[in-house]
Amino acid sequence: MSENDGQRFDRLPATPAERTVEGRVSREEVVDYFEDRFGIPPETFADYTFWEKGAGKIWIYAGEAPTPLEIEAIGMTCLRTRQEHWKPTTDFVQRFGGRATDCVIELDREEARAFATGEDQEIERWEGDWGYLIGAHTIADDLEPIGIGLYVHGELRSMVPKGRQREL
Amino acid sequence: MEPLERYRPIVDDFDAFLEACERPLGNAARVNTIKASVERTLEALEEEGLAYEQADWNPRVLDLETGSPGSTWTSFHGFTHGQEEVSAVPPVVLDPQPGERVWDSCAAPGGKATQLAALMDDEGTVVANDNNLGRISALRFNAERLGATSLAVTNADARNYSLNRFDFDEFDRALVDAPCTCEGTIRKNPDALDNWSEGAIASVAGVQKGILRRAIQATREGGTVVYSTCTFAPEENEAVVQHALEEEDCRVVDFDLDLEYSPGLTEWDGEEFDSSLERTARIYPHQNDTGGFFVTKLEVTA
Ligand SMILES: C[S@@+](CC[C@H](N)C(=O)[O-])C[C@H]1O[C@@H](n2cnc3c(N)ncnc32)[C@H](O)[C@@H]1O
Repeated sequence: MSENDGQRFDRLPATPAERTVEGRVSREEVVDYFEDRFGIPPETFADYTFWEKGAGKIWIYAGEAPTPLEIEAIGMTCLRTRQEHWKPTTDFVQRFGGRATDCVIELDREEARAFATGEDQEIERWEGDWGYLIGAHTIADDLEPIGIGLYVHGELRSMVPKGRQREL
Repeated sequence: MEPLERYRPIVDDFDAFLEACERPLGNAARVNTIKASVERTLEALEEEGLAYEQADWNPRVLDLETGSPGSTWTSFHGFTHGQEEVSAVPPVVLDPQPGERVWDSCAAPGGKATQLAALMDDEGTVVANDNNLGRISALRFNAERLGATSLAVTNADARNYSLNRFDFDEFDRALVDAPCTCEGTIRKNPDALDNWSEGAIASVAGVQKGILRRAIQATREGGTVVYSTCTFAPEENEAVVQHALEEEDCRVVDFDLDLEYSPGLTEWDGEEFDSSLERTARIYPHQNDTGGFFVTKLEVTA
């Protein structure tokens, strides 16, 4: 097994058996995670490839590219691995979280506003799993994901990154 | 406004032109169809109590009535992106198709690169390049916010751009939204003309010629290259395209655009240009109450 090279993009191996880099996750594990945790159908990702650049930072990409690749970015960062609890990014959740059926917490107007500004808030009504949840609210008649949050001990902590937080 | 006097002989109704240049612009935004349809976006805007007007030539381009267009739910969700109305023209003229390989040679901060991705239904490859690393971080931020997954971002000088990093060796289409003297942005940036000089025009024209030539070389035969600037100076517009016609295998082609504009020039300051330069478009601020832009569509012939 070789070490991860944090300076370049490497395409994820299809399955754990094909892994050649220490600690690298496979495409299969990533797609399974999105399905197991959020109920996002695996077909959603049929036309996408997944890549690692930087330790544990996973990117999702729709275009063509050879592996390895040394450029600034491909597609978008979608997931943080190489830590106990994997953490999806807010931008990924906004882009693909509309297909999620599990671990989506519906926020009312005021809660949604607080979540988008990066505030933590007490929310007692949640009876699902603890851990990373998709915060969502209704806009133009449909539920729309806002970003990623962390739910523990009756509290929803907004994980919306600083640069994405807005007073709304 | 003094530097603009040189355009008196070429602009119809020069007084209206000057007057428009002195009026500030409103808040334009583009609907990002990667995240939401135009219909849904308009509904969301109405829910927020925000008034808007759709551009006649393009239903995805909106004039928003709000003092802080960045602090709305539609913007937070990436349904809309602040982008000047005329700045949405070049990608529409390039007309990229889903699945194609497209090069945006001067892409930061990414308004047009993400528009290209949206026009392709976010399917295919949009190589978004810029030589300025600081501006690339803004490009990456915008791409992620708008959910554009078909972008590959590179940091290189477009004049000698290498395709070695990819598996393919030519693009189907390329956009050269060139660095320029930005005279046409005067309504957004009142200090746009502060450092104006003929020397600045001459030096940026050299860069423009280099980038446009490389874009033509990197595009397949039969492919399309669009050259655009947000300036009026013919040295940066028709003269750059004329240079490309002389040095590379390409021709100027017509395009449809449902905006008012003037044809490109066939002569300036004693220099004559090919008659096909008439097919290029000069969009002046007073014609559609927008910023200024120059747009050319080229077909690569070898
Ligand atoms: C008009 S701006 C592009 C705006 C962008 N197309 C958009 O819609 O957001 C021109 C860009 O060209 C870049 N640039 C200047 N010289 C360059 C060169 N030689 N190679 C690549 N990019 C260059 C600048 O950093 C600048 O970001």
